[in-house]
Amino acid sequence: MARIIAGIGSSHVPAIGAAIDNKQTEEPYWKRVFSGFERSKEWMAKAKPDVAIVVYNDHASAFSVEIVPTFALGCAAEFPPADEGWGPRPVPVVKGHPELAAHIAQSVILDEFDLTIVNKMEVDHGLTVPMNLLFGSPAAWPCPVIPLAVNVVLYPPPTGHRCFMLGRAIRKAVASYPEDLRVVIFGTGGMSHQISGPRAGLINSKFDKAFLDNLTRSPKKLVDIPHLEYMREAGAEGIEMVMWLIMRGALDDAIEEVYRFYTVPASNTAVGHIILENARAAKAKKPAAGKSKNKRPAAKLKRAAARANHRNVLRGR
Amino acid sequence: MPRRPQDYDDIPGTFVFDAEKSRQGYGINMFCMSLMKEENRKAFKANEAEYLKRFPLTPQQTEAILEREYNRMLELGGNIYFTAKLGATDGHSFRHLAALMTGSTQDDYAAMMLAGGRSVEGNRSKSGKFGKPARARPGKKLAPAKAGVATGFPKKDVRQRKKARAKRG
Repeated sequence: MARIIAGIGSSHVPAIGAAIDNKQTEEPYWKRVFSGFERSKEWMAKAKPDVAIVVYNDHASAFSVEIVPTFALGCAAEFPPADEGWGPRPVPVVKGHPELAAHIAQSVILDEFDLTIVNKMEVDHGLTVPMNLLFGSPAAWPCPVIPLAVNVVLYPPPTGHRCFMLGRAIRKAVASYPEDLRVVIFGTGGMSHQISGPRAGLINSKFDKAFLDNLTRSPKKLVDIPHLEYMREAGAEGIEMVMWLIMRGALDDAIEEVYRFYTVPASNTAVGHIILENARAAKAKKPAAGKSKNKRPAAKLKRAAARANHRNVLRGR
Repeated sequence: MPRRPQDYDDIPGTFVFDAEKSRQGYGINMFCMSLMKEENRKAFKANEAEYLKRFPLTPQQTEAILEREYNRMLELGGNIYFTAKLGATDGHSFRHLAALMTGSTQDDYAAMMLAGGRSVEGNRSKSGKFGKPARARPGKKLAPAKAGVATGFPKKDVRQRKKARAKRG
């Protein structure tokens, strides 16, 4: 049986991709951002998922205003990187998992989530930047990916509640897949940012940090946040954060926060990142080990995150 | 039929790209999307006004595009992810667009971001219904952003528009 082992929340700022592509990751401005993902890459290398479901949004790359699907599930065998105006990003072609994707589509549609099935799609920075942040820049991505593109460009996006419940339906779908697969799910976008209009540049760290806290402790508080509040508090484009709720919905109620990172800014955006492990999966990993032993790696990561965040504080970020 | 008022109209300095705006700005956004192809970028650069005739645009929308009035484009139904493609075609960085939209300079905008971005305090609502600072000082103008960037429509943008209109007669 397939199962979801962990959820990852991550911003998908295009400038992060540009910094990787232009080899600027060692510059102080960017090092501050990338250093926060070093531990995450180590975590990912150990987690070795068989499949990643990546919830993201397209930014006028694969979808113009001709067709705007609210939820579009990528069921293709592969997804080439999109040309976003500067040529396609020099990242590997994203290989899909058509069998699991088709299974998810069938399951969630019968659970009343009317997805759009996409059999041909290019993927933009919304998907490839979080991949880089968690997998680095390998010659080929280490696991197949199922893209789930969510409309957050044309108002209204799906509600937070709808997103959370879709996550629940995805969890059920994955659990009913016969092959023994370990799946991670990414919720991407955010955190607070506004890139349009006279109020562009808005950042609200207080909102972001509360969002991260509640994501771990009480996600039920987040599902009821109205769109107006996201836009007012976290910026017009901060509404992307509803996508993190699909990820959270796909996890169990009992989870363990193993890592968190937050820094301002990456170009126009607050960068947020979190790794949540299903408590069940964490235990299943080492059935022989005691509870206290299990907690140790997480505590180690937490301390590392605290150090990274502290460094940013010292730099006055 | 006049547009139905929406709760998010109360957010200052923000154009929400909703279904109505999307309908209105279809031509702007499809024009911007066309710039993803090199041949179209060349055709547009060769004769901008002529190229724009290929798209269903109102005279106001055409003018906003020709004058590169980015806020006006958003007001008339453009979406930032699309209008940014026009900026890229002009060889401009996003920072350039952000400076235009916020009525700031690129350096000031970058400095504001480095200092933690534009604060939400005083920038929550036009009505002052939300956020303590606005409620505590009723009738006061919205607080300026940290780096001295005013909220609301940047004066420069309005001036540019008036000038362009006068030029046209």
